[in-house]
Amino acid sequence: MHHWTDTHRLVTTQVATIATPQHPLPLESGAELKHVQLAYETYGTLNAEKTNAILIFHALTADAHVAGKHHEHDPKTGWWDALFGEGLAFNPATDFIVCANVLGGCKGSTGASSINPETGTPYGMAFPLITVGDMVVAQKRLLEQLGVETLKAVVGGSMGGFQAMDFALRYPDVVERVVLVATSSKLSSQAIAFNAVARYAILNDPNWNEGNYTPETPPTVGLSTARMMAHITYLSEEALEAKFGRRLQAPAQGKTFDFQKEFAVESYLEHQGKAFLKRFDANTYLYLTKVLDYFDIAETWGEGSLLKAFSRTNARFLIASFASDWRFPTSCSQAIAKTLRQLGKEVSFIELSSTAGHDAFLLETEALNRIIAPFLHPITEESTTQ
Amino acid sequence: MMTLRADLQQILTLIPTGASVLDLGCGDGALLHALITQKHCTALGVELDEKNVQTCMAQGLPVYHGTLEEALEDYPPHHFDFVVLNQTLQRTKLPVPVLHGMLRIGKRAIVGFPNFGHLPVRLGLLLQGRMPNSKALPYHWYDTPNIHLFTIADFLALCEQEHLSIEQWRFQIGSAWYQHSALAGVANPIASEAVFQLVSNV
Repeated sequence: MHHWTDTHRLVTTQVATIATPQHPLPLESGAELKHVQLAYETYGTLNAEKTNAILIFHALTADAHVAGKHHEHDPKTGWWDALFGEGLAFNPATDFIVCANVLGGCKGSTGASSINPETGTPYGMAFPLITVGDMVVAQKRLLEQLGVETLKAVVGGSMGGFQAMDFALRYPDVVERVVLVATSSKLSSQAIAFNAVARYAILNDPNWNEGNYTPETPPTVGLSTARMMAHITYLSEEALEAKFGRRLQAPAQGKTFDFQKEFAVESYLEHQGKAFLKRFDANTYLYLTKVLDYFDIAETWGEGSLLKAFSRTNARFLIASFASDWRFPTSCSQAIAKTLRQLGKEVSFIELSSTAGHDAFLLETEALNRIIAPFLHPITEESTTQ
Repeated sequence: MMTLRADLQQILTLIPTGASVLDLGCGDGALLHALITQKHCTALGVELDEKNVQTCMAQGLPVYHGTLEEALEDYPPHHFDFVVLNQTLQRTKLPVPVLHGMLRIGKRAIVGFPNFGHLPVRLGLLLQGRMPNSKALPYHWYDTPNIHLFTIADFLALCEQEHLSIEQWRFQIGSAWYQHSALAGVANPIASEAVFQLVSNV
């Protein structure tokens, strides 16, 4: 078995077909998909007893590449790489970890940017609207193909937390533990409003063209504007203040009295928006933000009652929020934790101090390792007695 | 293995193997750890300080970052065999609802506290005219978190007034702990700390 060291961290994204015309994927909307592929990565080996599988769900714009490198000279590691290793949250030496790009994504899984095999052209707006539940059902099919019957844990931050919650309530007999980081049981009106503005920017970019844009002329203004605005909501006022303050990009020049990107924070945001264009698709952004807006775990599983919804599960929960996160503030996590407590379920909850805002779930890896590693790898009673 | 602080050791002896326990103000999780590893209890903690919560979580102990008042509201009735509140009742804003809350969510409550009726404490105030400062009360008047200090006699009177039965007691006298039944009436001047196990008789 490989140890998760610098020399054995190479991972390859694989693709599984989880729906075919003979075995289509029915969707919550009533539509169905006849061709679905999911891109996924695995780390470690499923043990003979099949007791060590962990499913990690990614957030809005991430992908299946949660850890490791794709080749020896890959300059980038996966998005939660710092959580992988001996003694850390996820240990590929003992755990079998799976992460898939979501249904509807644009990182190898079937979504609006994929070619519809029946037309030979991208789905675009012909792709059906999907939900968190649809994503979860798709990933359950992937697990079945991988021979995974039960999960030691489902884990997710932000939108990943939505999927982890839905998975735990949809398949209560499958899940032993749930780790929810910087997430919520539903989007607030404010959060939906941010998504609405993001979509407005894309939908009103002339290049968007009802979703039928060409790879050469995508709606770059709309998508980068959407990202710039969303990015602000991922950071805390404190973090922006510390990083940029009112600093000018060219301080020596002084105020220029024009509309160039004068303040450092403006250049930073523009850079974020442009970088995003290289790695994300505008139609997919429309679909996935809608997935967020539709999410309401109480509505899906409890006829509007969180208590009723969470009464479905007997999994152990670990819930963490971050003090400076105003996208999914601590109160969102507390609502879930409080519900579990009212039901008498085992739940650990912590508000971690951080100035990083919502992005803390990707950045505060030391604290996350400290709290997640023992939760997923409990001390056995025998080893500590006497 | 770490040695458990003496008052926690006393509490540990009151709790039978396999019991379900909620430790309010669980600190660094020392009691939780002992309950889980030595007594195979289902034990959960509640703790307000983030660093302490992290310390508990780092040991894999289930803990909830929040106030004890919220915990007393949230859990279903008689959910735990024991609800423990050690060295904390004197810090609460409303001790009486806290005691009743403990016996709402727990079948039994265990309360440990520093005894303000201990003779050296009384003498400190009487002879020096200064607020007491001792091993059990290691604060100045201006930095103490203790806002409702009380004596063993006060506690016994309150239990009677609130119809709470005392099933067990432990008193620290000098450096040792005692549990003789005859002590209950005379412990007030001589005990520096006390631990009581309560059950509701209404």
